[in-house]
Amino acid sequence: MDIDLSQFYQVFFEESFEGLDTMEHELLHLEEDSDRENINTIFRAAHSIKGGSATFNFKEVAEFTHVMETLLDEMREGKRPVEKETVDLLLRSVDCLRGMLNRIQDGEEVGDSHIDLVNYFNELLSNGSSSGSDSPATEVDDSSADSEGEITRWSIHFEPEAYILETGNEPVRMFRELKGYGELTAKANLDKVPDFDELKPESCFMSWDLELDGEVDEDAIKETFEWVEDDCKLEIKPLSSAGGKAKAAKVVSANADETTEENEEEEVQTSNVKNMVPVASEKPAAKAAQKPASTASIRVGIDKVDTLIDLVGELVITQSMLSEVGENFDISKLNLLLSGLGELEQKTRELQESVMRIRMLPIGFVFNRLPRMVRDLSTQLSKKVNLEIKGESTELDKTVMEQIGDPLTHLVRNALDHGIESVDRRIEAGKSETGTLILNAFHQGGNIVIEISDDGAGINPDIIYRKAVEKGLIPDGIEMPREQILSLIMEPGFSTAEVVSDVSGRGVGMDVVKRNINNLGGNVEISSELGKGTTFTIRLPLTLAILDGQLIKVGDETFVLPLVSIIESVPLSMAETSRIAGDMPVYKLHEDYIPIIDLQEEFEIRKNLGASNDGLLAIVEGENRKIALRIDELLGQQQVVIKSLESHYKSIQGVSGATILGDGRVSLILDIVGLSKRASDRTHKKLVA
Amino acid sequence: MTNEMMKVIEQQEQAIDYVEEAQEENGSQFLSFVVGDEEFSVSILKVQEIRAWENPTSLPNSPGYIKGVLNLRGTIVPVMDLRMRFRFKHFEYDATTVIILLKNNYNGKDCLMGCVVDGVSDVFSISESAIREVPDYGSAIDSRFTSGIMTVNNHAVTLLNLENLLNLDLIKHPYAGGNVSNG
Repeated sequence: MDIDLSQFYQVFFEESFEGLDTMEHELLHLEEDSDRENINTIFRAAHSIKGGSATFNFKEVAEFTHVMETLLDEMREGKRPVEKETVDLLLRSVDCLRGMLNRIQDGEEVGDSHIDLVNYFNELLSNGSSSGSDSPATEVDDSSADSEGEITRWSIHFEPEAYILETGNEPVRMFRELKGYGELTAKANLDKVPDFDELKPESCFMSWDLELDGEVDEDAIKETFEWVEDDCKLEIKPLSSAGGKAKAAKVVSANADETTEENEEEEVQTSNVKNMVPVASEKPAAKAAQKPASTASIRVGIDKVDTLIDLVGELVITQSMLSEVGENFDISKLNLLLSGLGELEQKTRELQESVMRIRMLPIGFVFNRLPRMVRDLSTQLSKKVNLEIKGESTELDKTVMEQIGDPLTHLVRNALDHGIESVDRRIEAGKSETGTLILNAFHQGGNIVIEISDDGAGINPDIIYRKAVEKGLIPDGIEMPREQILSLIMEPGFSTAEVVSDVSGRGVGMDVVKRNINNLGGNVEISSELGKGTTFTIRLPLTLAILDGQLIKVGDETFVLPLVSIIESVPLSMAETSRIAGDMPVYKLHEDYIPIIDLQEEFEIRKNLGASNDGLLAIVEGENRKIALRIDELLGQQQVVIKSLESHYKSIQGVSGATILGDGRVSLILDIVGLSKRASDRTHKKLVA
Repeated sequence: MTNEMMKVIEQQEQAIDYVEEAQEENGSQFLSFVVGDEEFSVSILKVQEIRAWENPTSLPNSPGYIKGVLNLRGTIVPVMDLRMRFRFKHFEYDATTVIILLKNNYNGKDCLMGCVVDGVSDVFSISESAIREVPDYGSAIDSRFTSGIMTVNNHAVTLLNLENLLNLDLIKHPYAGGNVSNG
């Protein structure tokens, strides 16, 4: 009986990607402390991918993981030391595997990007240790590198019979296998190739002289030609013995190209040989491709589900109690009914909270992809960086998490590129060679706070200021507080990096970071001390779906203010207001003057006849800027569910969304940042005009 | 056996053809409604539902004909008053005032827009060929909003061009996002 395996593909892919993440994670820790448990974890992950892919008949993946496993096995048994090169290779293999799985998931061909890596693995394995020469631990290596391996150059003359292709044997494939043993130089002998009109495509008229540079014994080479032994002339001669041990062959010599000329068919095939080792360069392309119809899923802790089940159970009990009360209701049962209703309300709220908690995931999911990037990037920039991660278990909403990934990545890249200085500069500045980058996440009030701090050079506000004036972002000579100057780097088109590097400096980026975070209802703050380092603080709402709101009345309309943004409110009659700078109303809060926005005017709301002077000022804050909103009345506080205006209309500046109140009416949620921005934009326009 | 099945299938196909022909003869169906003193119509396929008038929550700085937003079973739907959009002078909100929820497509996503009219009149079928062009002069209504005239029960009914009428880009709403000018 046939079982349709494809129904399990999704699970396989999810588990495999998870396994790859685990492998990557453990590999990154491997260099620091390579205890056996780490390697075991990696091994187990590789093993289950191998098992799974074999079950589903993804042969390439299974074969690839098999060689990986062999290497890991040696490491596990202590035969092979844990070195940067090995770890690098394994990391690249993880990337490669991810690429292969992605392609399989997208229903594409696996391609042959992995073949090079496989060869590299084979070479490493059969050679004992490619990088062994500079490692003291190689003594424990197995015997494959013994006396026979002394001979490192082989000359091979290979002259197949014309019918060799008909037997299903393919010289190129054999060469590729040889290539796995070391550097291979191939020379094709084309003397016997007839004129084109006599050429039979099924026949092979070529013979080859090969030179193989690598520690390999004769038997292994013979094995390669095992299948064709009787169908060819084969001569294998050692060329030289024990030269300097060639370090792992990286690139095939350009001579290989010579074989490819003249014969078109041949060229296509050998091109595979040409672009050998520089590996895994194509993996991200496949990643970016759209996946067909794979639904997103989240993993939920069993405790959360259990809580839900308990709650639903209790809800059912309450419901049956209530229906019993309702069946023969008389006024004596009123108290019972009321308490039942109270219980129902409480249970419903708890249920709501638990359901929301299902969407909450630990921020570690995002943080975990950063160590790899930091490692790669610091190597690329030749800086030494120590990444510290704190508070990985802090939970936040899945939607927020998905959208915070890119901004975080960008900030970390920036910190590495511009923040932390090169080793020389650090020593000059009297700091330790290794820079420190700290990622921290914690809850604060109704927000989640993510801090990215480095102990690098810091940001010079004077340079920022000059640059901003240069770019026309601010008028010259204007006085600005330090934080506001720093936050200029998040304006569009601002970049202080002298050289636009591969990593950052194009001036797109920081503004995108800011916009993404603003879109999530959060904000970014920068604090920096010259020579000591920079800290970016991201504040995000815990969830996007629900907001603690303060209902306010303006004219006949009811609006919702996010509770977190409110600082205080004062009756208008007691407020110290004045007009400055040509008719701009301001309110004096402690030592600061903050602009007043009259919501009724601002939103062109129909005038309510009664109200005039007895209103309130609500002092609110967004992105470090405070404004005072003139409103008519404060109503109650309640949690509101945020609905988007954009699903059927357009977004409106100053309004972040809408909600539905208890009476079924729609109420708009105010966006403080947008409000202050539209007021200041207008002022700018006036100035220009 | 197979022959019998083939016969049944053929018969069914013929039946389907017949229905299609019948539909072609009868043309498409339209919903007509009254705005001011005139009758207008839209393709019935564009109508999601019809609701009694209720006062929507107004949007800040919206042009007068955007009355605000409504709660339609949990989603927020904008409401446009067609009488104001067509610059009719006299109108009121009374018992027959209704909101017709029309489907449209904006930037590839499906949106809804509530349209306030004085009353719904009829559903009728008319063939596409019976739709005449709108004479292009002197109408108070922006000619982009109309796409034809048809005769129903001896009086003229204007067919609306919903693509333009409901196009959010053609709604000039200050401070609103999208490709809208702030003018």
